[in-house]
Amino acid sequence: MTDTANATSKQPIVELKNVHKWYGDFHVLKDINLDVAKSERIVICGPSGSGKSTLIRCINRLEEHQKGQIIVDGIELTNDVKNIDTIRREVGMCFQHFNLFPHLTVLENCCLAPIWVRKVPRAEAEAAAMHYLEKVKIPDQAHKYPGQLSGGQQQRVAIARSLCMNPRIMLFDEPTSALDPEMIKEVLDTMVELAETGMTMLCVTHEMGFAKTVADKVIFMDGGEVIESNNPHEFFDNPQHHRTQLFLSQILQH
Amino acid sequence: MSEINTQKFEPGTHPDMSPPVTSVGVLGWLHENLFSNVFNSILTFVGIYLVYTVFAPLIEWAFINADWVGASENRDDWSRDDCTSGGACWVFVNVRFQQFMYGFYPTEEIWRVSLSGLVLALTLAWLMLPKLPYKGYAAAFGLLIFPIIVFFLMGGGVFGLEPVETSIWGGLSLTLILALVGMVAALPLGIILALGRRSDMPIVRALCTAFIELWRGVPLITVLFMSSVMLPLFLPEGANFDKLLRALIGISLFQSAYMAEVVRSGLQAIPNGQYEAADALGLSYWKKMLFVILPQALKLVIPGIVNTFSELFKDTTLVLIIGLFDLLAMVQAAFADPKWLGFAIEGYVFTAFVFWIFCFGMSRYSMSLERKLHTGHKR
Repeated sequence: MTDTANATSKQPIVELKNVHKWYGDFHVLKDINLDVAKSERIVICGPSGSGKSTLIRCINRLEEHQKGQIIVDGIELTNDVKNIDTIRREVGMCFQHFNLFPHLTVLENCCLAPIWVRKVPRAEAEAAAMHYLEKVKIPDQAHKYPGQLSGGQQQRVAIARSLCMNPRIMLFDEPTSALDPEMIKEVLDTMVELAETGMTMLCVTHEMGFAKTVADKVIFMDGGEVIESNNPHEFFDNPQHHRTQLFLSQILQH
Repeated sequence: MSEINTQKFEPGTHPDMSPPVTSVGVLGWLHENLFSNVFNSILTFVGIYLVYTVFAPLIEWAFINADWVGASENRDDWSRDDCTSGGACWVFVNVRFQQFMYGFYPTEEIWRVSLSGLVLALTLAWLMLPKLPYKGYAAAFGLLIFPIIVFFLMGGGVFGLEPVETSIWGGLSLTLILALVGMVAALPLGIILALGRRSDMPIVRALCTAFIELWRGVPLITVLFMSSVMLPLFLPEGANFDKLLRALIGISLFQSAYMAEVVRSGLQAIPNGQYEAADALGLSYWKKMLFVILPQALKLVIPGIVNTFSELFKDTTLVLIIGLFDLLAMVQAAFADPKWLGFAIEGYVFTAFVFWIFCFGMSRYSMSLERKLHTGHKR
C-alpha cells in the first residue's frame, strides 16, 4: 500500500495527453498536454473562447473529449459510467454562477451528495457540513436558502458544498467573475486558505493577484492551445510568447 | 402634499421615515387601483354597474325567489308543484340528491360510499393542513392503502359485504373515483414520459415521444369509445374486463401524455448549471432527477399541473357516452324524468357549482403550495 502511495505521489494526479475536443466542426481544444502534481495549484487564463473552461470541464467529464487521454487519480476517463462516477466523487467543482440548489437550504445543499453518493449517515454529514461552513465563515447561514444570500456568500457555500465530498482535486471555473468587487475578496480569501491546506487546485480565473500569490504554475491558453506555461514569477515578469505579452498588457493596464 | 418636509440631515444620518398616508392602507389602495385618474374612476363605476346588472338577477333567481323544500312531510311527495316562487326550483335537486351523489348504488349500502368519502376527506385534510405531522405516512396511506380499501368497501364481495357491480356506481362518487385515479396515475406516468422524452437514449426518446404524440393526437371521446367498444372485440370471448377499469386506464394514459408535456416544460426551464452541479457532485441520473431537478421543475409547473388536473376532472363527464353514470349523467337522467321535465337549468347550475367547488379548491390549494415552496428570490 505504501509502495503504491509513494509511487502515485510522484505520479501526476491529473494527466492530460494529446487531448482534442470539437464542438461540431469547431476545434476547441488542440493537443492539450498537462500534468498536475498532487497539491499543485494551477491557474489557467486566457481570452474568452480560448477553451480554458472547456479544458477543466473535461477533467470531470462535464464535457467529453474526442481524442487523447485524460487520467484523473489513476483512472482514465472513458465512456465507462462507473469511472466517471468515481472521478466525480474525487473532483470538486465551483462554477461561475455558483449553481447552488435553490430549493434546498445551505446545509441541505452541503449534505445532499455526501448522504446519497458517499452514503454518510445524516448526522455525520451535517456535522461535516457545519465544519466546512465554519471554514468558509458562514455557519450562521446554514438554515437559509441560497436565494437569501449575497453572491459572495453563495460562492463560499458552493466551495463548502464541494469540500463536503472530501475531494482530492478542486476545479474552479471563473469563481469570481459574477461577483461584485467587495465579494471577490472574500471568495479569494477562502480559496487562498484552501490552497494552504494542500488541496490540488485548477482555477480558471482572471484574478492575476490570486495567480501571483497562490499559483505554482500559470497556463495561458488561446485558440484552444496552451500558448505558455510557466511559474507565476516568470510568467508575469518575463512572458515569452507575444500573444501572452499582449494579453497581459491588456488585462494589467488598469 | 401640502406639507413639504424641509428638514435637512447630515449625510449618513437620515432616519427611516414612514411613507406618505396617501400611498398606504385602504385609502392608498383605493387611490392607486380604482381612482388613480378620471378615466380609471369612470371605468370603476362602469364596472360596478356591470357587476350589479349581472349578479342582482342571478342572486334573485338562485336565492331570493328560490324554492328549497316541498310542502309535504314526505319527501317522496315533493314535486314540481312545490315550485311556485318563480325562481330556481332546488326542490328538484333536493329530491334527487342521493342519486346525484351515489348513482344507483343500493340505498341500504350507501354508507359504504360515504365511509370511503369520509376517509378520503380526512386523508386530504391530513395532507393539506400544514400543522399536521407525518405527511409521508399520510401520502403512503392515501396512495397505497386507501385505493384498496375503497375497492373492497365499494365493490364488496368480502367480509360479508354485498357485492355491488361497478356498472351501478355513479354520481359524484364515480366522478371522484375517475378524477382521483386519473390524477394519481397521470402525474407519475407523465413524469416518466417527460424524462424519457428528454433522455439521451434514442430508442427511449422515440418511444416516449411516439406515445405522447399518439395520445395527444386523439380526442378523449375516441379513447373512451375504443376502450369500451373496440377493445372487447379484440379480447377473447368471456375475457371481458370491467368497463369502469377500462375507462380509468383510458383516462390515465390520455392525461399522462398531457402531463408529460407540462412536466417537460418545467424540466426545460431548469438552468443547465443545476444539472452540471449535480453531475459534478457525482449524483447518479436518478438521484439528480429526484433530489435536484424534479423538485424545482415540478414546483415551476404547479399552475400547469393544476390546469391539467382540473381539465381531467371535468373531462370525466365524457364517460357518459360509454354508459357510465357520473354526476352530469345522473343529473341529465334526472331532468329527463317526465315528473321533472323543464328543470335542466337547475340541474346544470347545480352540476357546474359542484365542479367549480372542486376545481376552485384545487386552485387555492396549489396557490398556497406555491407560496410554501417559494424559497427566496429568483436570481
